[in-house]
Amino acid sequence: MSRKLGWFLAGGLLVALLLAGVVSNFASSSPDGLDATAREGCTFNAEGEITGGHCIAQEEGEHQMSDSPLADYGIRGVGNSFLSTFLAGTAGVLITFGVGAGLFWMARRRDKSEA
Amino acid sequence: METTAMHIANGIVDGPVSAVFAVLAVAALAVCVRKARNDLDERLAPMAGLVAAFIFAVQMLNFQVLPGVSGHLLGGTLAVILVGPWVGAICVSTVLIVQCLLFADGGLTAIGLNITNMALLGTAAGYLLVAGLLRVLPRNAKGLAVTAFIASVVSVVVASQGFVLEYALGGTTDLSLPWVSGTMAGVHVLIGIGEGLIAATTVATVARVRPDLVYALRHFRKPAVVEQEVTA
Repeated sequence: MSRKLGWFLAGGLLVALLLAGVVSNFASSSPDGLDATAREGCTFNAEGEITGGHCIAQEEGEHQMSDSPLADYGIRGVGNSFLSTFLAGTAGVLITFGVGAGLFWMARRRDKSEA
Repeated sequence: METTAMHIANGIVDGPVSAVFAVLAVAALAVCVRKARNDLDERLAPMAGLVAAFIFAVQMLNFQVLPGVSGHLLGGTLAVILVGPWVGAICVSTVLIVQCLLFADGGLTAIGLNITNMALLGTAAGYLLVAGLLRVLPRNAKGLAVTAFIASVVSVVVASQGFVLEYALGGTTDLSLPWVSGTMAGVHVLIGIGEGLIAATTVATVARVRPDLVYALRHFRKPAVVEQEVTA
């Protein structure tokens, strides 16, 4: 890998870390398009539980991974929500980069050895 | 504050249909991995890791599209332009799998549904649009930005209709399909516009800084030989 590519990757990763760790704290917390559509027609209590009506989300189940320490983009046990989101976001970016780059690197074409 | 689930949750589409789409997703991803190897050289492999990480980051940035309704980028079109369709579909899938397993976002039972919609349908639609638009638009930062915008809007709406298909086949509730389809399409046009602006800004920036790293500028050149060019 060339040094110039290394700088580009480092820069790109830094931008991703800032977006996931810092900017994400200012993201909208409203349900997204799919979730809002799924909830339309039902009424909800303060805990977000369905209290009545008829909607797509009615039969929605618990997530198998809801006990994950990173569940719902926060770190379990960290009270400060900014810090929690910061840590979860940066961890997610680094893990995704690590897993992605690792897999793609292993799967890459090796011209020199084939030639 | 209530945490909002993004992506399809467990229990919205029944087990058998979810299983069928999981098998479909695995098969399609196997094809993507085979095809991706042609594209993955020592420059594209780390770039693809960065694209996956970037999509993860931007998916955390929900933006308001209507009162009480937000949306976030799906990333298919962005990935197609920067790393190509095959590697791009794997990038988006990687993000969805990390989100599902570590962040409890998008049901584990529903992972095949989410991969089908966002990683496969969204990326395929983005690819067709990008390949088509780059035949007529200039291959520079500006042309790429316009391409990214239009392709993103269409790709997000197509992905939203993937959910409608899955709901039609295995929905656990019986809401009117035209209503589900229309509501999903309407809100996803707005989300697509947001995604289009983000994708356009991103690809135009990369095209200015390192045009040699933009897959679309290297590969979608001669319309007639798009397929052969890579293997030649």
